[in-house]
Amino acid sequence: MARPCPAASLPDFSILNHNHRDQLIHLLELLPGRKDLFIDPALMPLLDRITGSSVLKKHEVDKFFKLDGKHIPGGCEQRFFLIRPEESMVKIVADSLNADKACSFRRKCKIIFTPRKLFCCDTILELEGVYGDVSCEEWECDLVPVYDDVLSMEIPAFFRDFFLEGNQCWLYTVAKSLCKLQSIYGTFGKVYGIGRSAKMVNELMEAFSGDFEDGTNGKGNNWSLFLIDRDVDFVTPLCSQVTFQGLLDDVFTIKCGSVEFGSEVTGSEKNVKINLGSGDKVFAEICDQHFSNVFGFLSSKAKTLQASYDKRHGMDIRNMKDFVANELRMLKQQHRFLSLYIGACEVIMKKKMKGDLKEQLKVEHALFEGTDTKRCISYIEECINRQCPLPEVLRLLCLLSVTEGGLLPNDLRNLKNHLLQSYGTEQLLTLANLRRAGLLADQQPLETMGKLVADKTVGKAVGKLTDAFTALQRKSHFRALSKKINLVPVNDEEFDLKSPSDMAYVFGGAYSPLSCRMIEQVLEKNGWTGLEDVARLLNGSEFSHSKCDVSNVTSSHLVLVFFLGGCSFSEIAALRFLGRSKGYRFVVGTTALTNSPRLLEALMDA
Amino acid sequence: MALVTADWSPMGDAFYRKTELYAMSWSSKFDISNHLVAAAPYGGPLALMQDISRHEKVSASVRPKVSIFTASGNEICSFLWKSGRVIHLAWSLAEDLLFVQDDGQVLTYDIFGSYKGTCTLGNEVKTTKAAEARTFSCLSHTGLAVMTSALRFMVTTNLSKHRAMNYPEPPALCAPPSCWAACYQDRRAILIVASAHDLFLLEPGNVTLVTPPGLSVPVNCYLDASVSFNGKLLALYTDSGHIWMGHTTLKEKIGEFETRNPMRPVQLEWCDNVDGSVPAVVAMWDEMLLVAGPKRDLQIQYPLDSPSYLVPEMDGVRVLNITAHDFLHRVPDSCVEVFRIGSMAPGALLLEASKEYEAGSQKADEYLREIREKSGLEHAVEQCITTAAYEYEPTTQKALLRAASFGKCFLQAYRPENFVEMCRTLRLLNALRDYTVGLPLSYTQLQQLTVTVLVDRLVQRRMFPLAIRVCELLHLPERQGRSRVLEHWACYKVMTMKAEDEERLPKLIHERLGDTTGISYEEVAARATDMGRTELAVRLLDYEARAEKQVPLLMRLKRWELALLKAIESGDTDLVYMVIVDLKGVLNQTDFYFTLRKYPVARNLQLKDLESQISALNDAATEFSKAKNDFAAKATEEQFRLLRQQKQHSQKLGLDLLHLSLHATILKLLRSGHVAIAERFVRDHRLPDRRWWWLKVEALAYLGDWQELEKFSKSKKSPIGYQPFVDACLKHGNRFEARKYIHKLPPEQKVKGCLATGELEMAIDTASERKSEDDLALILSRLPSSIEPRVNDKLEALRNQLGRR
Repeated sequence: MARPCPAASLPDFSILNHNHRDQLIHLLELLPGRKDLFIDPALMPLLDRITGSSVLKKHEVDKFFKLDGKHIPGGCEQRFFLIRPEESMVKIVADSLNADKACSFRRKCKIIFTPRKLFCCDTILELEGVYGDVSCEEWECDLVPVYDDVLSMEIPAFFRDFFLEGNQCWLYTVAKSLCKLQSIYGTFGKVYGIGRSAKMVNELMEAFSGDFEDGTNGKGNNWSLFLIDRDVDFVTPLCSQVTFQGLLDDVFTIKCGSVEFGSEVTGSEKNVKINLGSGDKVFAEICDQHFSNVFGFLSSKAKTLQASYDKRHGMDIRNMKDFVANELRMLKQQHRFLSLYIGACEVIMKKKMKGDLKEQLKVEHALFEGTDTKRCISYIEECINRQCPLPEVLRLLCLLSVTEGGLLPNDLRNLKNHLLQSYGTEQLLTLANLRRAGLLADQQPLETMGKLVADKTVGKAVGKLTDAFTALQRKSHFRALSKKINLVPVNDEEFDLKSPSDMAYVFGGAYSPLSCRMIEQVLEKNGWTGLEDVARLLNGSEFSHSKCDVSNVTSSHLVLVFFLGGCSFSEIAALRFLGRSKGYRFVVGTTALTNSPRLLEALMDA
Repeated sequence: MALVTADWSPMGDAFYRKTELYAMSWSSKFDISNHLVAAAPYGGPLALMQDISRHEKVSASVRPKVSIFTASGNEICSFLWKSGRVIHLAWSLAEDLLFVQDDGQVLTYDIFGSYKGTCTLGNEVKTTKAAEARTFSCLSHTGLAVMTSALRFMVTTNLSKHRAMNYPEPPALCAPPSCWAACYQDRRAILIVASAHDLFLLEPGNVTLVTPPGLSVPVNCYLDASVSFNGKLLALYTDSGHIWMGHTTLKEKIGEFETRNPMRPVQLEWCDNVDGSVPAVVAMWDEMLLVAGPKRDLQIQYPLDSPSYLVPEMDGVRVLNITAHDFLHRVPDSCVEVFRIGSMAPGALLLEASKEYEAGSQKADEYLREIREKSGLEHAVEQCITTAAYEYEPTTQKALLRAASFGKCFLQAYRPENFVEMCRTLRLLNALRDYTVGLPLSYTQLQQLTVTVLVDRLVQRRMFPLAIRVCELLHLPERQGRSRVLEHWACYKVMTMKAEDEERLPKLIHERLGDTTGISYEEVAARATDMGRTELAVRLLDYEARAEKQVPLLMRLKRWELALLKAIESGDTDLVYMVIVDLKGVLNQTDFYFTLRKYPVARNLQLKDLESQISALNDAATEFSKAKNDFAAKATEEQFRLLRQQKQHSQKLGLDLLHLSLHATILKLLRSGHVAIAERFVRDHRLPDRRWWWLKVEALAYLGDWQELEKFSKSKKSPIGYQPFVDACLKHGNRFEARKYIHKLPPEQKVKGCLATGELEMAIDTASERKSEDDLALILSRLPSSIEPRVNDKLEALRNQLGRR
């Protein structure tokens, strides 16, 4: 058979968007006539991404409200509530219904749960005594194309629910959505994966396979799937991001592919919201660049833009007409974006560089290399004493723990004490959560370890204990892994950030993302054979299997990498780089786009 | 093939024909006119019920007989009516038989005469008694309108779900209306009520008096009204013998016909035309059937030899009497073109050519040439194929299809899909029209009904083998076709099962059904549950692949543990939750936890449920943590102490210290000048020295107490270095004070400090002392725009010094 060209083209994911929109409109049409729409604030960006308000207005949506617990009397006789299946949201809805009841106002209400209704929602509605007054619908809005090559489910709760609380309800949704993806774009020819939840998702997908019809008439099989658990690699999302998009996310928070700039960037009163996935060429070029290059690039862009503007001098009338008709608008648009990016850069510089980002990076780099742990600890202590923001402190603490394979009991106790004194005792819960998620650990004295191993061989020690133990064992092997698959580039000469030759550039040349490096290795070897020891260091539960003959698989260059528990923009940048240099085309799927503050805030409990 | 046009009757440009569907094989002879008759559209079943109300002398205790027949007159079942007085008999869209009683109860029976349910129209109807009723179709439901003996109207648009709605009374209605009709428009039901010469349009909450536009003669009384099959057209019969035809909105007139017969017709129905050309109305009197068009001379009359009943269909009217079952409809255009005598349409020529060819005559060639001269061969083939669809006689169908197949040999690149499709469809239609099946569907009706619904109807009639054959013939997808039929078959089997089959049946069903995709064993099992056969249901459920169907039913069957196991296997935690919550209510606590212990996944979820309580009972949690976690225990203890102290000092000092962290508490104390108390906190909580220094530096700088700060810096060697002093001074805007601490900085931080405080000269000096290139770079990057020449010289010197090396 003919080999497909190296850079396999991306499937058109906008179909997904269309499907979601049609489904929503169908739901809204269930109640004909005018209606108000109440939206879970967390779903606002998602809704923006899928459909504009004008489309909804066309379908007789009268007004939009943010669902924030305030009761809004009056309005249309029909109401829709669009929410995630979360306890707190259902309670708010129930309160609103009860408020209507109290003033004996009858109206038709429907709750739309996305992506699915959970049983507990019913229970809450029952408890609040409104079960009969409202009907529920499901809007299966699962995978949303955020960029051309990034699909996100926008469920940040996945991380906490699964990795902290062991709640598997989202796995079901993930598996369903992947099966749906298969039915639209073709079956995955090969599936790789690592991690507990990855394994479960894979099993669920196989169980579902009968339920989905193949809508592609068997022309599929030309892409592969790589499932990866977030807890396989905690190091990467904890690092300081230094790509442009990563910093944008850290400073301004990118929500579902769009970012809102305040007055400090726009220079005017108004906030400006821009959609980063809209295919703006300048952004596409800078988003994955190391931050140090961005300014230079933008200024050269500005110059060419000026040159294009200047072209109009010395034009005759007809050319001028042409220019005004076609180019001018585009230039104006570019101009607007460019000034926004430059403004954003300035703010980032102000916020990040003012402090001691350099010092921080130095500490992080030392952690990767494993030199001078003492200094890192004292740096963290200083941060605590200076009352730095808690997520920042926790980030460094966790990074220290995962790279070092746990802290010495004494160090840990001291740091914890400091932490509690600075941020209050209620953070005890947060610390316990971090420990349970495997982000913070004691370094086990050697003999207990031996005992645990013995227990394990007997096969009696089950549950949490072994989990904790294996987690620990894995973490302590960051150093070993780093050597094995070369995570920390040898630092003999200056790393070229302008035209990088390694994906380590996304962290300033100090560290290649573990997750991406592992994906590279597995794809290269077409499976885990030869990487058994790597997998063992990563806590095992790896798998790979193909659904079609091998010759077919080797030619599949399109790979969907699915992060269970979130992925960071740095990882996306690294994968894009990997794709360019190795001739793959990566599509990134994730339960949510995350960064270190969001990751840690999910675990905070105070 | 007989002359096809023999039974055609012309009406204007169009032709009508009455095709005999069946010679009726009623089992006994009776008179249709003294029966309540209901016939379902789309060739559906017939129901007859003796109408006792017409025989006054018969005592009320007589039970009328109800019989259900197929359209071909085969009796499906019959039974004696034991309930109240029935005023109206009708079939719902789902082919359920509805008996509307005068007390407002509506009883539903299925096609085999078994009772399915009752719904009621409310108390008002019950007390005042219903006098008349009309059914009408609204989207996919059946609507019912009832007139009570108190002349009030009640309407429901969905019998099974919605309550009956009271419609406003037309004004001045004291006698029963001369006629009335119901239809469905724009999401609401409309009633048209005629009271003598007034015509009212009743909508929810609104009555309007209307006059049909364009009536040529004044009206004294409307005798009959009829709404068309699709609910869009209305026909009114006046006492002057005029039939007014128009839209149900009563805003537009289509035409008028004068019958010169002031007698009220027994039945008035629309003979709808699907393609929307000139419509016609069929009026029936005792001995005559009249097809009337919208103009004066457009009419056809058929004599009737026995009492008949009209069944409106979407593309015609079925005429039912004791001997025959006919279908009266307009001859479709393509049939007219092909069969009209002397027609030169390409289809007609092709049919002729094919006949000649079969007869071995060279004339075939002549005809073919003629068609090709007009280059209409493709059109001719299409015409023959479409015409075949509308013919009832298989020989005619065959002749037409043969002609089409003959013609398509002479075409290049002709796509045969249409032809093949038509052959299949006709085969299906002919099979359905067979009198044993008795489903006289026309091609148009089948298109409208869709094949899936047809399969459903066959299943409903328990014609499982035929249904499967239909699915196979039309290559329906498994899920829509075969597996659905099999599922219903299995349900039927379960329902009619004898006790001794209990062992055998699950196996039998599984053998037949196998693992066909889309089979829902849950449905079958649910049926078994309804029949009270728990064991059978559990066994059947074992074959069900979809857990979300399996688990709820298992719970209904009280197989908790099995349900829990299946829920966990499915990986859908939501299901697990469902089982847990139910389980909690059923089992006592020990059993509950004991069961859960076997399933770790379930236990995890249960814990999550408790989590909210745990965080609320923080104290209890600390007790718990004390047992295994010294650190946490100590931390909470300290927190208690801290809280107590905070409370104590808050009152004393008038400061709000509660719920602050230790760090924040001390900072607040220092900032408000309570140094001694702050120091007590430090001692009590064994605050590390370094933190104390940080706090103090920050607080003193905040207060602007620079003297104290300097004193503090000299009290002993700072454990945190002097950078914090510089930073704190700068933060609170005192550059001058900051300079005091620069000389204490270690050399590598000095340059940075100098620059921060604006001591450019000192920075350069330090850099030159240290001979560090990094420092130079740092200085250059922070260089102000204008500098004194002296400084500039120094800088040059430094540059040279470093450059030389």
